[in-house]
Amino acid sequence: MSTLPRTPQSAETPATGTARVKRGMAEQLKGGVIMDVVDAEQAKIAEDAGAVAVMALERVPADIRKDGGVARMSDPNMIEEIIEAVSIPVMAKSRIGHFVEAQVLQSLGVDYIDESEVLTPADEVNHSDKFAFTTPFVCGATNLGEALRRIAEGAAMIRSKGEAGTGNVVEAVRHLRQIKNEIARLRGYDNNELYAAAKDLRAPYELVKEVAELGKLPVVLFSAGGVATPADAALMRQLGAEGVFVGSGIFKSGDPAKRAAAIVKATTFYDDPKIIADASRNLGEAMVGINCDTLPEAERYANRGW
Amino acid sequence: MTDTPVIGVLALQGDVREHLIALASADALARPVRRPEELAEVDGLVIPGGESTTMSKLAVLFGMMEPLRERVAAGLPVYGTCAGMILLADKILDPRAGQETVGGIDMIVRRNAFGRQNESFEAAVDVDGVPGGPVEGVFIRAPWVESVGARAEVLAVHGGHIVAVRQGNVMATSFHPELTGDHRVHAFFTDMVRAVG
Repeated sequence: MSTLPRTPQSAETPATGTARVKRGMAEQLKGGVIMDVVDAEQAKIAEDAGAVAVMALERVPADIRKDGGVARMSDPNMIEEIIEAVSIPVMAKSRIGHFVEAQVLQSLGVDYIDESEVLTPADEVNHSDKFAFTTPFVCGATNLGEALRRIAEGAAMIRSKGEAGTGNVVEAVRHLRQIKNEIARLRGYDNNELYAAAKDLRAPYELVKEVAELGKLPVVLFSAGGVATPADAALMRQLGAEGVFVGSGIFKSGDPAKRAAAIVKATTFYDDPKIIADASRNLGEAMVGINCDTLPEAERYANRGW
Repeated sequence: MTDTPVIGVLALQGDVREHLIALASADALARPVRRPEELAEVDGLVIPGGESTTMSKLAVLFGMMEPLRERVAAGLPVYGTCAGMILLADKILDPRAGQETVGGIDMIVRRNAFGRQNESFEAAVDVDGVPGGPVEGVFIRAPWVESVGARAEVLAVHGGHIVAVRQGNVMATSFHPELTGDHRVHAFFTDMVRAVG
């Protein structure tokens, strides 16, 4: 594709893959919506609706749930078709701990790798060493300790896990509130207490101290898992998410193009109920939701990763 | 105008917070701008980094495109970084269907010219008019300027490509000074805003 050359055209040797470049990339996505897409056509619909990036995957989480079996990295052909089809950034998922899938995704030139609990974990002890890559990683978290462990492994962006493929925002709310509450609590600690806090959080002291000083994660925090409506997206933003991933919620609904544009609007004007109301009109059918309290433990993706 | 100009940051999408912090440390009164009535109240404006296609769509959708064009045409000082540079270009080399710009600088910009995220990089860049030596340039899926018209002044070049431009009160950089903690470029722009007042 002519607009996106794969090799740098600069004559000088620049520093690539630095923390600043990786984290800075996520900063550019803030205030935006990242949409799951399974083919080039959906990717174009997402781009036209104003998505800031797309997540290329073979099946949206709702279908992964339905189909069962082992969920893996997508076919490289399909990822490349999506890269060719749009000019916005393209993300793709690797299994937790499957660093070879991540190597493959990097070689394809994806802009971000999601080491995702939505796919079947490949390693029940270790996540991938994300410092080993030029391509930045986003990882899911259910609480602050988990977020900081991922950042310690090199994640350049964090998202709530939520419960993907349910169309039910309750778990995303739980995770985001948990992370925000734990950060707020750290703010009130004095230096003596931060060492014990790091032990309790099972996270490196330096990161815990940094969060206590900043009052936020040192990387961008998005929400993911269960957003299905414009109001869901705005809710996550008002709760402190800097942007929103929408998975099954768009392309499992009645009118994907319209719903996608509506969720983008509500994400930008998340604090303006009139605009959210207008965005919510006549969207057709939302995806059918799943009640998370009836979901068996084994089918809870948020429990994957540690 | 006072020494503390009000500088807005277009807050449709992108790294708004970092620009607000950088402007505040350059002694400007910084505030987010999403609506025409908010735009009417600022002495200067920053268009942040983000996704240029998304930003341009949202600007049209929420009735900001025309007010932005009017104020830029009327001499409002504006600074755009990365996606902001694309929005300030009179012409995009390879736009997406329907991708509009605010314009303001007589230049042709190539989107994502330095490559995808794996090619994103940091490098020292000398910027004309910014004192104290080169600034740290953070280039993220960055555009470059293919060519400029007679009225536009090139402020910086990297690897043979134009990466910073100024035309009158409008300036643009391919890179992101707001991500570095070095706020000299924002101070330079804030001085521009003061000079107009």
